[in-house]
Amino acid sequence: MTAQPQVGLVLVSHSREVAESVARLATGLAAGGATAPAVAAGGTPDGGLGTSAELIADAARRADRGAGVVLLADLGSAVLTVRTLLADGDELPPGARLADAPFVEGAVAALVTASAGADAAAVAAAAEEAYTYRKT
Amino acid sequence: MVGRAGRHPRAALGTVSGFVGEQRDMRDGREPTGAPRDAAFFRHWLTAVAEAVEEEADRLTELDSAIGDADHGTNMRRGLAAAVSAVEEERPPTPGAVLVLAGRTLVSTVGGASGPLYGTLLRRTGKALDDAPEVDLGELAGALRTGVDAVARLGGATAGDKTMLDALLPALDALGDGLDAAARAAEKGAGDTVPMRARKGRASYLGERSIGHQDPGATSSALLFTALARTARAADGEGGTP
Repeated sequence: MTAQPQVGLVLVSHSREVAESVARLATGLAAGGATAPAVAAGGTPDGGLGTSAELIADAARRADRGAGVVLLADLGSAVLTVRTLLADGDELPPGARLADAPFVEGAVAALVTASAGADAAAVAAAAEEAYTYRKT
Repeated sequence: MVGRAGRHPRAALGTVSGFVGEQRDMRDGREPTGAPRDAAFFRHWLTAVAEAVEEEADRLTELDSAIGDADHGTNMRRGLAAAVSAVEEERPPTPGAVLVLAGRTLVSTVGGASGPLYGTLLRRTGKALDDAPEVDLGELAGALRTGVDAVARLGGATAGDKTMLDALLPALDALGDGLDAAARAAEKGAGDTVPMRARKGRASYLGERSIGHQDPGATSSALLFTALARTARAADGEGGTP
Protein backbone atom coordinates (compact mmCIF):
# COMPACT_ATOMS: atom_id res chain seq x y z
CA MET A 1 0.00 0.00 0.00
CA THR A 2 1.23 3.47 -0.77
CA ALA A 3 1.13 6.24 1.80
CA GLN A 4 -1.07 9.28 1.38
CA PRO A 5 0.52 11.44 -1.35
CA GLN A 6 2.34 14.56 -0.14
CA VAL A 7 2.22 18.08 -1.51
CA GLY A 8 5.26 18.89 -3.65
CA LEU A 9 7.29 22.08 -3.38
CA VAL A 10 8.81 23.98 -6.33
CA LEU A 11 11.44 26.65 -5.68
CA VAL A 12 11.67 29.21 -8.50
CA SER A 13 14.65 31.56 -8.45
CA HIS A 14 16.54 33.67 -10.96
CA SER A 15 19.57 31.61 -10.03
CA ARG A 16 19.98 27.86 -10.33
CA GLU A 17 22.35 27.90 -7.35
CA VAL A 18 19.89 29.80 -5.15
CA ALA A 19 17.00 27.47 -6.00
CA GLU A 20 19.07 24.34 -5.45
CA SER A 21 20.63 25.64 -2.25
CA VAL A 22 17.30 26.65 -0.74
CA ALA A 23 15.91 23.22 -1.60
CA ARG A 24 18.88 21.62 0.19
CA LEU A 25 18.57 24.04 3.11
CA ALA A 26 14.87 23.31 3.60
CA THR A 27 15.45 19.57 3.32
CA GLY A 28 18.32 19.77 5.80
CA LEU A 29 16.46 21.92 8.32
CA ALA A 30 13.47 19.60 8.19
CA ALA A 31 15.91 16.97 9.47
CA GLY A 32 14.76 13.39 9.18
CA GLY A 33 11.21 14.60 8.67
CA ALA A 34 11.63 15.89 5.11
CA THR A 35 9.80 13.35 3.02
CA ALA A 36 7.91 15.70 0.69
CA PRO A 37 9.70 16.61 -2.54
CA ALA A 38 11.37 20.03 -2.93
CA VAL A 39 12.37 20.58 -6.56
CA ALA A 40 14.50 23.51 -7.77
CA ALA A 41 13.66 25.53 -10.90
CA GLY A 42 16.41 28.13 -11.01
CA GLY A 43 17.82 30.30 -13.77
CA THR A 44 17.63 29.67 -17.48
CA PRO A 45 18.18 26.30 -19.19
CA ASP A 46 21.73 27.33 -20.16
CA GLY A 47 22.58 28.08 -16.53
CA GLY A 48 22.27 31.88 -16.74
CA LEU A 49 20.31 34.21 -14.49
CA GLY A 50 16.63 34.49 -15.35
CA THR A 51 13.42 32.51 -15.38
CA SER A 52 12.43 29.57 -17.53
CA ALA A 53 8.80 28.56 -17.93
CA GLU A 54 9.97 25.18 -19.17
CA LEU A 55 12.14 24.50 -16.12
CA ILE A 56 9.26 25.55 -13.85
CA ALA A 57 6.77 23.28 -15.60
CA ASP A 58 9.25 20.42 -15.55
CA ALA A 59 9.99 20.89 -11.84
CA ALA A 60 6.26 21.03 -11.07
CA ARG A 61 5.69 17.75 -12.87
CA ARG A 62 8.49 16.13 -10.91
CA ALA A 63 7.21 17.54 -7.59
CA ASP A 64 3.64 16.41 -8.23
CA ARG A 65 2.72 13.28 -6.25
CA GLY A 66 -0.98 13.74 -6.76
CA ALA A 67 -1.70 16.04 -3.82
CA GLY A 68 -0.94 19.33 -5.52
CA VAL A 69 2.11 21.54 -5.87
CA VAL A 70 3.03 24.74 -4.02
CA LEU A 71 5.44 27.11 -5.76
CA LEU A 72 7.63 29.74 -4.14
CA ALA A 73 9.31 32.41 -6.26
CA ASP A 74 11.97 34.98 -5.48
CA LEU A 75 11.62 38.17 -7.57
CA GLY A 76 10.26 39.90 -10.68
CA SER A 77 10.12 37.57 -13.63
CA ALA A 78 10.11 34.46 -11.43
CA VAL A 79 6.89 35.67 -9.78
CA LEU A 80 5.37 36.92 -13.05
CA THR A 81 6.17 33.72 -14.93
CA VAL A 82 4.57 31.50 -12.27
CA ARG A 83 1.52 33.76 -12.14
CA THR A 84 1.23 33.67 -15.92
CA LEU A 85 1.49 29.88 -16.02
CA LEU A 86 -1.17 29.62 -13.32
CA ALA A 87 -3.52 32.09 -15.01
CA ASP A 88 -3.30 30.98 -18.59
CA GLY A 89 -1.59 27.75 -19.25
CA ASP A 90 -2.06 24.06 -18.82
CA GLU A 91 1.65 23.56 -18.19
CA LEU A 92 1.30 23.22 -14.41
CA PRO A 93 -0.38 20.26 -12.69
CA PRO A 94 -3.94 20.74 -11.42
CA GLY A 95 -4.06 22.23 -7.95
CA ALA A 96 -0.75 24.09 -8.34
CA ARG A 97 -0.58 27.35 -6.41
CA LEU A 98 1.88 30.17 -5.78
CA ALA A 99 2.56 30.98 -2.12
CA ASP A 100 2.88 34.68 -1.29
CA ALA A 101 5.84 34.00 0.96
CA PRO A 102 9.46 34.88 1.70
CA PHE A 103 11.61 32.54 -0.35
CA VAL A 104 13.94 30.97 2.20
CA GLU A 105 11.81 31.04 5.34
CA GLY A 106 8.71 30.08 3.37
CA ALA A 107 10.46 27.10 1.80
CA VAL A 108 11.44 25.70 5.20
CA ALA A 109 7.96 26.17 6.65
CA ALA A 110 6.28 24.71 3.58
CA LEU A 111 8.49 21.63 3.42
CA VAL A 112 8.03 20.81 7.09
CA THR A 113 4.27 21.20 6.72
CA ALA A 114 4.09 19.20 3.50
CA SER A 115 6.16 16.41 5.03
CA ALA A 116 3.65 16.24 7.90
CA GLY A 117 0.98 15.39 5.35
CA ALA A 118 -0.87 18.71 5.18
CA ASP A 119 -2.87 19.66 2.09
CA ALA A 120 -1.77 22.31 -0.43
CA ALA A 121 -3.77 25.10 1.21
CA ALA A 122 -2.15 24.41 4.58
CA VAL A 123 1.31 24.17 3.04
CA ALA A 124 0.86 27.53 1.29
CA ALA A 125 -0.52 29.06 4.49
CA ALA A 126 2.50 27.83 6.46
CA ALA A 127 4.83 29.43 3.92
CA GLU A 128 2.87 32.69 4.03
CA GLU A 129 2.94 32.76 7.81
CA ALA A 130 6.70 33.02 7.61
CA TYR A 131 6.14 36.73 6.87
CA THR A 132 4.84 37.26 10.39
CA TYR A 133 8.11 36.25 12.03
CA ARG A 134 9.87 39.59 12.74
CA LYS A 135 13.63 39.72 13.03
CA THR A 136 13.94 42.92 15.05
CA MET B 1 26.55 39.80 -27.18
CA VAL B 2 25.50 36.44 -28.52
CA GLY B 3 25.37 36.16 -32.29
CA ARG B 4 21.87 35.20 -33.36
CA ALA B 5 22.05 35.46 -37.12
CA GLY B 6 20.29 32.13 -37.51
CA ARG B 7 17.40 33.33 -35.39
CA HIS B 8 16.79 36.54 -37.21
CA PRO B 9 13.08 36.72 -38.03
CA ARG B 10 13.81 37.36 -41.68
CA ALA B 11 16.06 34.33 -41.79
CA ALA B 12 13.22 32.27 -40.36
CA LEU B 13 10.75 33.72 -42.77
CA GLY B 14 12.20 34.38 -46.14
CA THR B 15 10.55 37.40 -47.68
CA VAL B 16 7.30 38.86 -46.52
CA SER B 17 5.68 40.52 -49.47
CA GLY B 18 3.46 42.76 -47.38
CA PHE B 19 6.31 45.03 -46.38
CA VAL B 20 7.95 45.93 -49.64
CA GLY B 21 5.60 48.84 -50.20
CA GLU B 22 6.30 50.42 -46.86
CA GLN B 23 8.44 53.34 -47.97
CA ARG B 24 6.16 54.27 -50.83
CA ASP B 25 3.14 54.09 -48.54
CA MET B 26 4.80 56.16 -45.86
CA ARG B 27 5.47 58.86 -48.46
CA ASP B 28 1.94 59.04 -49.73
CA GLY B 29 0.85 59.66 -46.16
CA ARG B 30 -2.42 57.78 -46.26
CA GLU B 31 -3.91 56.72 -42.94
CA PRO B 32 -4.07 52.96 -42.56
CA THR B 33 -7.69 51.81 -42.61
CA GLY B 34 -9.60 49.92 -39.94
CA ALA B 35 -10.51 47.20 -42.44
CA PRO B 36 -11.00 43.59 -41.30
CA ARG B 37 -7.69 41.72 -40.99
CA ASP B 38 -7.06 37.99 -41.24
CA ALA B 39 -4.56 35.56 -39.70
CA ALA B 40 -1.91 36.37 -42.33
CA PHE B 41 -2.07 40.03 -41.36
CA PHE B 42 -1.40 39.18 -37.74
CA ARG B 43 1.56 37.01 -38.69
CA HIS B 44 2.88 39.95 -40.72
CA TRP B 45 2.34 42.25 -37.74
CA LEU B 46 4.46 39.98 -35.54
CA THR B 47 7.15 39.92 -38.21
CA ALA B 48 7.12 43.72 -38.34
CA VAL B 49 7.42 43.88 -34.54
CA ALA B 50 10.31 41.41 -34.64
CA GLU B 51 12.06 43.49 -37.31
CA ALA B 52 11.56 46.69 -35.33
CA VAL B 53 12.90 45.05 -32.18
CA GLU B 54 15.85 43.71 -34.16
CA GLU B 55 16.64 47.23 -35.35
CA GLU B 56 16.12 48.75 -31.91
CA ALA B 57 17.64 45.92 -29.83
CA ASP B 58 20.79 47.81 -28.96
CA ARG B 59 18.82 50.88 -27.94
CA LEU B 60 16.42 48.80 -25.80
CA THR B 61 19.35 47.17 -24.05
CA GLU B 62 21.03 50.53 -23.58
CA LEU B 63 17.88 51.98 -21.98
CA ASP B 64 17.64 48.87 -19.83
CA SER B 65 21.27 49.13 -18.73
CA ALA B 66 20.49 52.55 -17.26
CA ILE B 67 17.67 51.38 -14.97
CA GLY B 68 17.33 47.61 -15.39
CA ASP B 69 19.51 44.58 -15.99
CA ALA B 70 20.52 45.30 -19.59
CA ASP B 71 18.78 42.34 -21.17
CA HIS B 72 15.59 43.80 -22.64
CA GLY B 73 16.81 44.04 -26.24
CA THR B 74 18.33 40.57 -26.21
CA ASN B 75 15.29 39.03 -24.51
CA MET B 76 12.73 40.65 -26.79
CA ARG B 77 14.70 39.80 -29.89
CA ARG B 78 15.00 36.14 -28.90
CA GLY B 79 11.33 35.89 -27.92
CA LEU B 80 9.91 37.58 -31.00
CA ALA B 81 12.13 35.61 -33.38
CA ALA B 82 10.82 32.43 -31.75
CA ALA B 83 7.22 33.71 -31.91
CA VAL B 84 7.52 34.53 -35.61
CA SER B 85 9.03 31.11 -36.34
CA ALA B 86 6.24 29.41 -34.40
CA VAL B 87 3.36 31.17 -36.17
CA GLU B 88 4.98 30.78 -39.60
CA GLU B 89 5.49 27.07 -39.03
CA GLU B 90 2.07 26.33 -37.56
CA ARG B 91 0.06 28.93 -39.50
CA PRO B 92 -2.83 29.12 -36.99
CA PRO B 93 -6.08 29.72 -38.89
CA THR B 94 -7.42 32.80 -37.06
CA PRO B 95 -6.03 36.10 -35.76
CA GLY B 96 -6.81 34.99 -32.20
CA ALA B 97 -4.96 31.70 -32.60
CA VAL B 98 -1.93 33.51 -34.06
CA LEU B 99 -1.71 35.79 -31.04
CA VAL B 100 -2.30 32.98 -28.51
CA LEU B 101 0.54 30.92 -30.02
CA ALA B 102 2.85 33.95 -30.17
CA GLY B 103 2.07 34.78 -26.54
CA ARG B 104 2.71 31.25 -25.37
CA THR B 105 6.02 31.24 -27.23
CA LEU B 106 7.08 34.51 -25.58
CA VAL B 107 6.33 33.15 -22.11
CA SER B 108 8.47 30.08 -22.77
CA THR B 109 11.42 31.72 -24.54
CA VAL B 110 12.10 35.19 -23.12
CA GLY B 111 13.51 34.41 -19.66
CA GLY B 112 12.89 37.90 -18.22
CA ALA B 113 9.83 39.75 -16.97
CA SER B 114 8.97 40.84 -20.52
CA GLY B 115 8.16 37.19 -21.36
CA PRO B 116 5.17 36.80 -19.06
CA LEU B 117 4.11 40.43 -19.58
CA TYR B 118 4.13 40.47 -23.39
CA GLY B 119 3.05 36.83 -23.43
CA THR B 120 0.01 37.70 -21.34
CA LEU B 121 -0.74 40.72 -23.55
CA LEU B 122 -0.78 38.68 -26.76
CA ARG B 123 -2.41 35.58 -25.30
CA ARG B 124 -5.26 37.45 -23.62
CA THR B 125 -5.78 39.64 -26.66
CA GLY B 126 -5.88 36.51 -28.81
CA LYS B 127 -8.34 34.76 -26.51
CA ALA B 128 -10.59 37.81 -26.59
CA LEU B 129 -10.66 37.62 -30.40
CA ASP B 130 -11.99 34.08 -30.05
CA ASP B 131 -12.17 32.22 -33.37
CA ALA B 132 -13.23 35.08 -35.63
CA PRO B 133 -11.63 34.56 -39.08
CA GLU B 134 -11.20 38.34 -39.51
CA VAL B 135 -11.26 41.23 -37.06
CA ASP B 136 -11.77 44.92 -37.72
CA LEU B 137 -10.15 47.78 -35.85
CA GLY B 138 -12.97 48.11 -33.31
CA GLU B 139 -12.81 44.40 -32.46
CA LEU B 140 -9.04 44.52 -32.18
CA ALA B 141 -9.23 47.58 -29.93
CA GLY B 142 -11.63 45.81 -27.59
CA ALA B 143 -9.46 42.69 -27.44
CA LEU B 144 -6.29 44.72 -26.85
CA ARG B 145 -8.05 46.43 -23.95
CA THR B 146 -8.64 42.99 -22.43
CA GLY B 147 -4.98 42.10 -22.98
CA VAL B 148 -3.68 45.33 -21.47
CA ASP B 149 -5.98 44.95 -18.46
CA ALA B 150 -4.49 41.48 -17.90
CA VAL B 151 -0.96 42.92 -18.08
CA ALA B 152 -1.91 45.57 -15.52
CA ARG B 153 -3.28 42.90 -13.17
CA LEU B 154 -0.27 40.63 -13.63
CA GLY B 155 2.28 43.34 -12.90
CA GLY B 156 0.12 45.28 -10.44
CA ALA B 157 1.04 48.53 -12.21
CA THR B 158 -1.03 51.56 -13.12
CA ALA B 159 -0.52 54.57 -15.40
CA GLY B 160 2.44 56.68 -14.34
CA ASP B 161 4.47 53.84 -12.77
CA LYS B 162 7.04 54.06 -15.61
CA THR B 163 6.12 50.75 -17.23
CA MET B 164 4.93 49.43 -20.58
CA LEU B 165 1.43 50.54 -19.57
CA ASP B 166 2.51 54.15 -20.09
CA ALA B 167 2.77 53.44 -23.81
CA LEU B 168 -0.03 50.88 -24.09
CA LEU B 169 -2.79 52.84 -22.33
CA PRO B 170 -2.43 56.07 -24.40
CA ALA B 171 -2.26 53.94 -27.55
CA LEU B 172 -5.54 52.20 -26.67
CA ASP B 173 -7.19 55.52 -25.93
CA ALA B 174 -6.12 56.83 -29.35
CA LEU B 175 -7.13 53.75 -31.36
CA GLY B 176 -10.54 55.26 -32.01
CA ASP B 177 -8.75 57.88 -34.10
CA GLY B 178 -6.94 55.27 -36.16
CA LEU B 179 -3.73 53.27 -36.18
CA ASP B 180 -1.41 56.19 -36.92
CA ALA B 181 -2.87 58.12 -33.98
CA ALA B 182 -2.35 55.09 -31.75
CA ALA B 183 1.27 54.72 -32.88
CA ARG B 184 1.94 58.41 -32.21
CA ALA B 185 0.29 58.18 -28.79
CA ALA B 186 2.37 55.11 -27.88
CA GLU B 187 5.62 56.84 -28.88
CA LYS B 188 4.66 59.96 -26.97
CA GLY B 189 3.70 57.80 -23.99
CA ALA B 190 7.11 56.09 -24.05
CA GLY B 191 8.83 59.49 -24.17
CA ASP B 192 6.68 60.71 -21.31
CA THR B 193 8.19 58.05 -19.03
CA VAL B 194 11.51 59.97 -18.89
CA PRO B 195 10.59 62.21 -15.93
CA MET B 196 8.68 59.45 -14.12
CA ARG B 197 9.93 57.63 -11.07
CA ALA B 198 9.79 53.83 -11.48
CA ARG B 199 7.40 52.10 -9.10
CA LYS B 200 7.54 48.55 -10.47
CA GLY B 201 10.22 46.05 -11.29
CA ARG B 202 13.93 46.25 -10.75
CA ALA B 203 14.05 49.95 -11.72
CA SER B 204 11.88 50.77 -8.68
CA TYR B 205 14.82 49.91 -6.40
CA LEU B 206 16.59 52.93 -7.87
CA GLY B 207 13.97 55.31 -6.52
CA GLU B 208 14.75 58.90 -7.54
CA ARG B 209 17.66 57.73 -9.69
CA SER B 210 15.23 56.15 -12.13
CA ILE B 211 14.11 59.66 -13.10
CA GLY B 212 15.56 60.98 -16.35
CA HIS B 213 15.64 57.65 -18.19
CA GLN B 214 13.10 56.39 -20.72
CA ASP B 215 11.48 53.11 -19.73
CA PRO B 216 12.63 50.23 -21.96
CA GLY B 217 9.31 48.37 -21.65
CA ALA B 218 7.31 51.41 -22.72
CA THR B 219 9.75 51.85 -25.61
CA SER B 220 9.27 48.29 -26.86
CA SER B 221 5.50 48.58 -26.35
CA ALA B 222 5.46 51.58 -28.68
CA LEU B 223 7.08 49.38 -31.33
CA LEU B 224 3.99 47.14 -31.25
CA PHE B 225 1.83 50.03 -32.38
CA THR B 226 4.20 51.58 -34.91
CA ALA B 227 4.55 48.12 -36.45
CA LEU B 228 0.77 47.67 -36.44
CA ALA B 229 0.24 50.93 -38.35
CA ARG B 230 3.00 50.04 -40.80
CA THR B 231 1.60 46.55 -41.38
CA ALA B 232 -1.90 47.90 -41.97
CA ARG B 233 -0.61 50.52 -44.40
CA ALA B 234 1.30 47.86 -46.31
CA ALA B 235 -1.76 45.60 -46.43
CA ASP B 236 -3.98 48.46 -47.62
CA GLY B 237 -1.39 49.23 -50.31
CA GLU B 238 -1.72 45.71 -51.67
CA GLY B 239 -5.12 46.78 -52.91
CA GLY B 240 -7.55 44.78 -50.84
CA THR B 241 -9.19 47.81 -49.30
CA PRO B 242 -9.92 51.39 -50.40
